[in-house]
Amino acid sequence: MEEYLFLMHVYVFALAIFVGFELITKVPPTLHTPLMSGSNAISGITIVGAILSAGLEQFTISTILGLIAVAFAMINVVGGFLVTDRMLKMFKKK
Amino acid sequence: MIIAIEITYLISSILFILGIKYLGSPKTARKGNLYAAIGMFLAIAATLLDQQVLTFEWIIIGGLIGSIAGLIMAYKTPMTGMPQMVGMLNGFGGGASLLVALSEYFKKNPNYPVDQGAIFNLPIDQGVAIILSLLIGGITFTGSMIAFGKLQGLVTGKVVKYPLQHPFNALLVLLVLGAGAYVVMFPSMMALVLMITGVSLVLGVLLVLPIGGADMPVAISLLNSYSGIAGSMTGFVLGNNELIIAGALVGASGIILTNIMCKAMNRSLMNVVLGGWANAGSASTTSSTTSPKGDVKSIDSEELAMLLDSVGSVIIVPGYGMAVGQAQHAVRDLTNVLEKKGIKVRFAIHPVAGRMPGHMNVLLAEAQVSYDKLYAMEDINDDFNNTDVVIVIGANDVVNPAARHDQSSPIFGMPILNVDYAKTVIINKRSMSAGYAGIDNELFFYPNALMYFGDSKDAMTKLVNEIKNL
Repeated sequence: MEEYLFLMHVYVFALAIFVGFELITKVPPTLHTPLMSGSNAISGITIVGAILSAGLEQFTISTILGLIAVAFAMINVVGGFLVTDRMLKMFKKK
Repeated sequence: MIIAIEITYLISSILFILGIKYLGSPKTARKGNLYAAIGMFLAIAATLLDQQVLTFEWIIIGGLIGSIAGLIMAYKTPMTGMPQMVGMLNGFGGGASLLVALSEYFKKNPNYPVDQGAIFNLPIDQGVAIILSLLIGGITFTGSMIAFGKLQGLVTGKVVKYPLQHPFNALLVLLVLGAGAYVVMFPSMMALVLMITGVSLVLGVLLVLPIGGADMPVAISLLNSYSGIAGSMTGFVLGNNELIIAGALVGASGIILTNIMCKAMNRSLMNVVLGGWANAGSASTTSSTTSPKGDVKSIDSEELAMLLDSVGSVIIVPGYGMAVGQAQHAVRDLTNVLEKKGIKVRFAIHPVAGRMPGHMNVLLAEAQVSYDKLYAMEDINDDFNNTDVVIVIGANDVVNPAARHDQSSPIFGMPILNVDYAKTVIINKRSMSAGYAGIDNELFFYPNALMYFGDSKDAMTKLVNEIKNL
């Protein structure tokens, strides 16, 4: 069962990489900076792991690491999405 | 409840994919970003309902600190500072992955904090994922901080060399992999886990320090990719598909951008990462002393205004110099006065112009230049032949014709903008100094080239005034 679960994750990982390649090769150079900051915000998804550590019942070293991780990931999420929106707002066609 | 949480993660993953899909066009890009943000919100909400999460005060404190810092960064950073900001965000992503992996290691260890004499059984796949999260996350964290420092001018933007650079770094990587293999077999070796963390952090510094300023587009793209892959590895540690998917998307994005940047410089990734170009540059400056010398003609703002008065088409080529001089608004004004005269104005943008992919486009968008006037190299390179005037603003190596014909030049083979094919080329620069590759630009000596010296912003503002006064 363990091995099977691991293989399922590898499966998902491989397919997601292909989806990523397909989608991102279509992004025009003009949007490369917002693409980077936007994908940066998405990589803030590590917040999920951070919350699972910071929210443990007992206060241990994991809580401290989780707390810092939540702060780091949240900078990524909030900073990334907002700055991307700020940039994209400026892309206008006259 | 578990099923509800998993379904929410699935919806969130789909929103990320749709978000990136919509980022593919300027018309839908804002919507795409919003979709991804909603996806993130859902993922956070679902995680807070997880039965493992029992206390909320630390989450709230960390979340508040991060949100406020992110908010300030997002609104206080000027558009010219975007490369630094993206560099720093990469770092926090990598840092978070490192911390989560470390925390998971302690969580899974039954003998921590109290040694219960229990056997620490860590499945091999999780062990490997933890080690890789630590390694990639650590390199991304400190590497990005160095990249930030270089772009902000806090750390030297020059290529830094130190003795035994490559053997030493290779040794450190082997050390991490060896220690990692040991930890996978004997998970209770806590000291080794901490050592791996430390060495990975040092590696990030050592790997990015040698990379020169103008190679930053590659470094930033690569670190972007790493931050995604680190996220995926954390997904393997947690057994969470959404992290794996989101990380893979970001990883793919970074790899594609890295590849585009390398191709645009005609260099291999290894060459850039090892700080290679400066080698070639210093070797050939001696050999290229025979490079074309001759008369350099210069032009002042008044003459240039008169020249531009009677032309039909202009292509502007912006480079890092425009960003440094913050000249994007003055360039916009120039575009407007020229268009008022009925002149067709377009922009030609080299993929590695500036310090990150798309850097010039963002600056010109900020100055409200319509994005349909911005052309990628391959879309405009054939048009220089029938263009009256090209104005190069703060770009150098990417318009050096030596890349096309001089086999001894370090930039030989690099795709360039064929500005020399236009009737007249105006080059705005502060001085005759060489560009990043450290070589003279023979374009400056061409019969159809005219140097327009001065700081980019001042020079463009003066030119706009002269044109208005005609």
